This record gives sequence, C-alpha cells and structure tokens, in this order.
Amino acid sequence: MNHNGTLSKDDFRSWFMDKLLMGMSWPEYAGKLLTPFNIVAAIILSIGIPVIAVRFIYGLATATHASNEYPWGITLGWGLFAGVPLSATGFIMGTAYYIFGFKKFKPLVRLGILTGFLGYLFAVIYLLTDIGRPWRIYYPMIIGFGTASVLFLVAWHVATYLTVQFLEFSEAILEWIKSRRVYKWATMMVIGMTIAGIILSTLHQSALGAMFLLTPGKLHPLWFSSYIPHLFLSSSIYAALAMVIVVSTLAARFLRSAAGHTFLESLDSLTVGLGKGACVGIYVYFALKLVALAHDNNWYLLNTPYGKWFLLEMLGFVLLPALVLTYGVKKYSAGIVRFGAFYAVAGIIVNRINVSVIAFNWNLPDHLHHIIPPWQEVSIVMTLATIHILIFRWILNRMPVIREEPGYEGH
Amino acid sequence: MAKIPKRLAPKKYIENKDSETPEREGTKGFNRRDFLKTAAVVGGSALIGSYATASASKDLSGWPDRYGCLTDLTKCVGCRSCEKACNEVNNLPKPETSFDDGSVFKEKRRPTAKAYTVVNRYKNPKDEGTPIYRKVQCNHCNEPACASACPIHAYTKTKEGAVLYDPEKCFGCRYCMIACPFYVPAYDYESALEPKIVKCVMCYDRIKTGGIPACAEACPAGTITFGKRKDLIKLARKKIAETPDRYIDHIYGEHEAGGTSWMYISGVPFEQLDFPTNIPNRPIIEETKGFLGAVPVVFTVWPALFGMCYAALRHRETMEEDKDQNSKKGVEK
Repeated sequence: MNHNGTLSKDDFRSWFMDKLLMGMSWPEYAGKLLTPFNIVAAIILSIGIPVIAVRFIYGLATATHASNEYPWGITLGWGLFAGVPLSATGFIMGTAYYIFGFKKFKPLVRLGILTGFLGYLFAVIYLLTDIGRPWRIYYPMIIGFGTASVLFLVAWHVATYLTVQFLEFSEAILEWIKSRRVYKWATMMVIGMTIAGIILSTLHQSALGAMFLLTPGKLHPLWFSSYIPHLFLSSSIYAALAMVIVVSTLAARFLRSAAGHTFLESLDSLTVGLGKGACVGIYVYFALKLVALAHDNNWYLLNTPYGKWFLLEMLGFVLLPALVLTYGVKKYSAGIVRFGAFYAVAGIIVNRINVSVIAFNWNLPDHLHHIIPPWQEVSIVMTLATIHILIFRWILNRMPVIREEPGYEGH
Repeated sequence: MAKIPKRLAPKKYIENKDSETPEREGTKGFNRRDFLKTAAVVGGSALIGSYATASASKDLSGWPDRYGCLTDLTKCVGCRSCEKACNEVNNLPKPETSFDDGSVFKEKRRPTAKAYTVVNRYKNPKDEGTPIYRKVQCNHCNEPACASACPIHAYTKTKEGAVLYDPEKCFGCRYCMIACPFYVPAYDYESALEPKIVKCVMCYDRIKTGGIPACAEACPAGTITFGKRKDLIKLARKKIAETPDRYIDHIYGEHEAGGTSWMYISGVPFEQLDFPTNIPNRPIIEETKGFLGAVPVVFTVWPALFGMCYAALRHRETMEEDKDQNSKKGVEK
C-alpha cells in the first residue's frame, strides 16, 4: 500500500493514525480505554510518577531507605534480579526454534522475544531509577573499564543483548509498517543474533548470580555458594519456559482480539510442550541446589530460622511447582501446567528476592525490620511494572506478535 | 611501658613525595589517549605480557612498601579526637553534636556520608569499669573488594596503601557497598545531582608528602601507629609476645579478606567488638576468578557448539527435502 515512495502527506498521516489507533476513530478509541484495568493503572501511575519525579529532583533519599548497610532494595531485587531471569524467554524460545528446530513452537517465538526485550528494557529502567547518576549509564563502556568486575560484564552484556533482542524483534515491527526491503535484511541476521543471544544470556544470567560471590559473610551461607552462577543460569531456563506460558495465558485471556487463529488453536498443546521443558529444567535446578548444599556441607544450617525459610523455598517454591508441572504434563492438562508455570515463576521471584534482599545482611541486628521497603519505593516499582504491562499490551494490540501479518505468513 | 611512636617510618622512607599520583588527577573528562591505552592493555596484555614476570605475577602480594595503621584497641580512651581531626582535615560537614559529646556512644554508629571515621563504645567483659572503644574507618584492603566490584574502575589501590575513590567516574550503582566486607563505603543519598561514595582516604595527600593520617596524629593515647604495613605486623607481634595478658593472639587485618592496611590488636575477641569474623582469609576477588575465567571459554566454545547444532538441523532438513523430492520422482515414474 505504501511502498511506492510517492505518498502524499495526508496519506501518510491517515496511514500513521490507522496504525496507532488500530483502525478506529479517536472517539471510538478513547471510549475503549475506559476499562477497570486502565482505571487501576491510572491510579497507580498518578501516585508513582510524582514519586519518581521527586526521586530525581531531590535525590535517592526521598525514595529509598538511603541506608549504607542496605544499598540495594526491592527496586533491584524485583526489577533486575527477578526481572532478568524471567526475560530469558527470548533466548530460550529463539534457541529452541531456530537452533534446535522445535518448529511447532513458532506461534510463541515472537511473544518470547518481545517478553525478553521488554523485560531487559525495564531491567535497565529499574536500574536507571536506582543508580545515583543515571546519566552516566554509559560510563562502563567508555570512561573506565572495571574488567575484574562482574558488574562490568553484566553492563556490557545487557546493553549488547538489548540491541540483539531489538534486532530480533524488528521483524515484527517491520511487518507492522510493511517494509519489505529492510525486513529481508532482518530475517537474514536471525541465526547470528540467536547465537549471540545464547552467549550473552548464558554469561549474564550466571553473572547476576556471580555478583554475589563478592559477598561471603554478608549473604547467608545457605544462599551463598560457589554454585550460585550455575544456579542462576539453570533456574533462568525453566523460568523462561514458565514465563512464556504465563504471558501467553494472559494474552489469550485478555487480548483475544489481538490473537491469531494459529496461536489460539495451538496454545493448549504448546503449553503442555513448554511444560515438559520446564519440568526438565526445574528438576535439574533442584538437583543443582542439592549439590550446592552438599558441596558446602551446610546441612547443619537447615535447622535454623533461615534454614527453615530455605527449606520452604526449596520444597515449597521449587519442588512443589515441579510436581504440579509433572502432573499437568502427565495428564496432558494445559490448565494444570499453567497453574504450575505461574507457581514456578513465583518461585523464581522468591529465590531472587531471597538472595538480593532477605538473606543479604542476615547477620545484621534488626535485619528483617530493615528490609521492609518504604512506600515510595513500592510505588515506584508498581508504577514501572504498570508501564511495562501497558507497553506490552500496546505492542500486542498493534504488531504481529501473537498473530500473523497477512502477506508475511510462513516466515 | 615504652612509648610507641605514632610513626614507625622515618620521613626519608617516604620516597614518592613528588611522584605522580596515578589515577587521581586527570580523570575529570574522557581522554582519548587513556581510552586507547586501556583498550590496548585490555586487548594486548594477554598476547604481549612480560615473560620475566609471568609466573611472579600470579603470586602478587601487593605493593611492597605500602603503609598502614595499627590500632591498639586496649589503649583507646574514647575521646573522639580522631573524629574531630578527621572532620577538620578532610573538610567534612560539622556534626550536629560536638565531638566532646559522649551521648553518641549510646548507639552503635558507622562511617557515613558526613564522617570518614567513628568511635563506638563496648562493654569490657574483663573490667566493667573501663569500656572498650573501637574506631571504625576504611581498612584499605590489600586487594579491595570495592575495587573488584566497581564496573568503572573508580577505585584505586595506591602503592602507598590507601584505597582511593574517584567520584568523577562513579555512576552510583553502590555495588562497592554491597561488596565491602567491613561495611565501610557510605553514600550521600541526599544529593540529587552529585551523589557520591564517601570513605576514609588514609589522608592520602598527607602521607604522600611525608605526613601521617590526621587521626593518628591527633590521638592523645597513642592508639594508632602509622608505618609500613610489614613493620606494623612486626610491632603487633612484639606487643602480643611481650604482654600476652593484655592482648589476644590475633592481629585483625593481617589475613582477613586477604589482609588490610589498617590492622587492629585487642584485649578481647574481635567478634565481641562487632568486627566481622566470618569473612575468608583470601582476597574477596578470588571468589569470582573462576567465573570470570570461564567467560572467554563461553565466547569461543558456544558459537562452535550451537553453530554445529544449527548445521545439524539444516542437514536434517535438507535430507528430508531430498527424500521428499525423491519420493515424488518415484511416484512420477
């Protein structure tokens, strides 16, 4: 329709508005926005955005505990440490489809890549809200090279990987605006980008765990282990598979109009397929956790208060979701697998919050009192999470992610 | 008992009076030459590393003539002269209560964005009447965890022993605070535009020009001795050997976290004075070396491995396509 290059200004304008408003008129579109979800979102944003503004105008002291013992709080615990493993979806789905040839998962590949891309983008946004001078974010790339630092590696990898994921997702954007020529280029890069994604993901997923290797004595010995990089990497794999189930379930439930036939019809059987993969991953992780426990010979700590909390995480948030997933796969029930996937994702969040917040500084007096976040920080986290969901929905409604663009099928 | 001098090293020991301070000056902006130099070092050191020092560097024991301080906790009287001197010399903001105010001892304090050093009071289990005072400040590790954590190389372990921080490089991730096993670096969360890490600098400008840290100079009780680290260890051993009743047999900081420039001797076990005693005796950075060593392996092996997986997949697909075509031909015949 528009690739002859002789588009008049008005044509372009109407094409552009058509894309943005999904073919509706302004009043129609505005009327559709008045939903319960949007009202809740608006309330969250109306509290959180001023809090974020105050944080940037008056400093971090207005938004965090501003503690010298607890430099990191829930913003990074949730946004970075839990957000990144749940965004391994792009690398896992890309690898499964392009490298290992699990072709039947095609309807979920783009959704996985989009989840990953937005997840990383928001991990960076959480980071930018939390660091003292966010306008210096590029410093590890140009100003100083802390080559011995694990965080240096994380910074480079997250930046590179964000670009890689953008390129991977660019296919969908190009289809949306119907650009044929650039599209060809984008599809040619896909294998290279996928392999780059595997390298970068294995390294920074494990590096997020390796960051805590610098905290012997501060992180509780049950969570501090020389295996922590392996634990973080291995859990990110099943986290990604479970997360694809979670996101596709929500999309099929709440954005049915944006979903295509293939997506909706194959979803149940693909969910069980992903559940199988998640099962393998979660048992591998559970075994590694046991190996780590045995390696450090920390059994004696299990009968302490932190030991009981550790056992609850191990049994209640790893083994139990694993059993639910197994049962769902055995019964071939997408519903049970979905429940198991939500549960497994919750388990990942519990683990990452444990490592970065709850078990960190466990030996300081009054520790559990100190980790309760101030309301401002909670509101910042909720605001960013809401914006994350809104952008996700905006893209799913417009771009060919869970449906195919007419004329581009079969790619 | 013989009076212990505040400075062990005579002034002539201090050779680097006029030598250039590495990393401290000239880091204000981005310098292209430095960038290229660093890039060349990062890229080239593996290839053109010096043969002669190749094996020696694996067992690096730190700058040989670095300085340090020895705090004798049995001597401190809790007068807070050190806090006052530190505050003045380093131009830190004036505290709300004066330095003579003893009420600060009611709670345990820590170095903050406004104070490089603080003194805390503890009950003396041997003698209720004379409490023990502990001075807290940066211990200036031999291999500092803060420096290992920093992604921008804002920290430098100088050859004089002081660990210095450059706010011009810092972007405020505060990973150094997470990594420091002694809970030393503080952050000025109050500042919106120029927040920075604040910590003791061992009065670097003074020791470079032959002086001693302000706290050591101000101490009226002879608690802090400044000198070369190796001499301080000898002094500490001597003190412990000569008066074993006075001291426990432990120099805190000789081995903790790979050794620190600031060390302590005490009459009571260190854990009773809130010293972290659950940290390893090797440098903290050792914990991450295995992981960082695996990074190049992933970068080289992964493309080959997953490239091969992709090749195998393509191979299978071509075989199937051929089979399809052959069977079609068979049908046609």
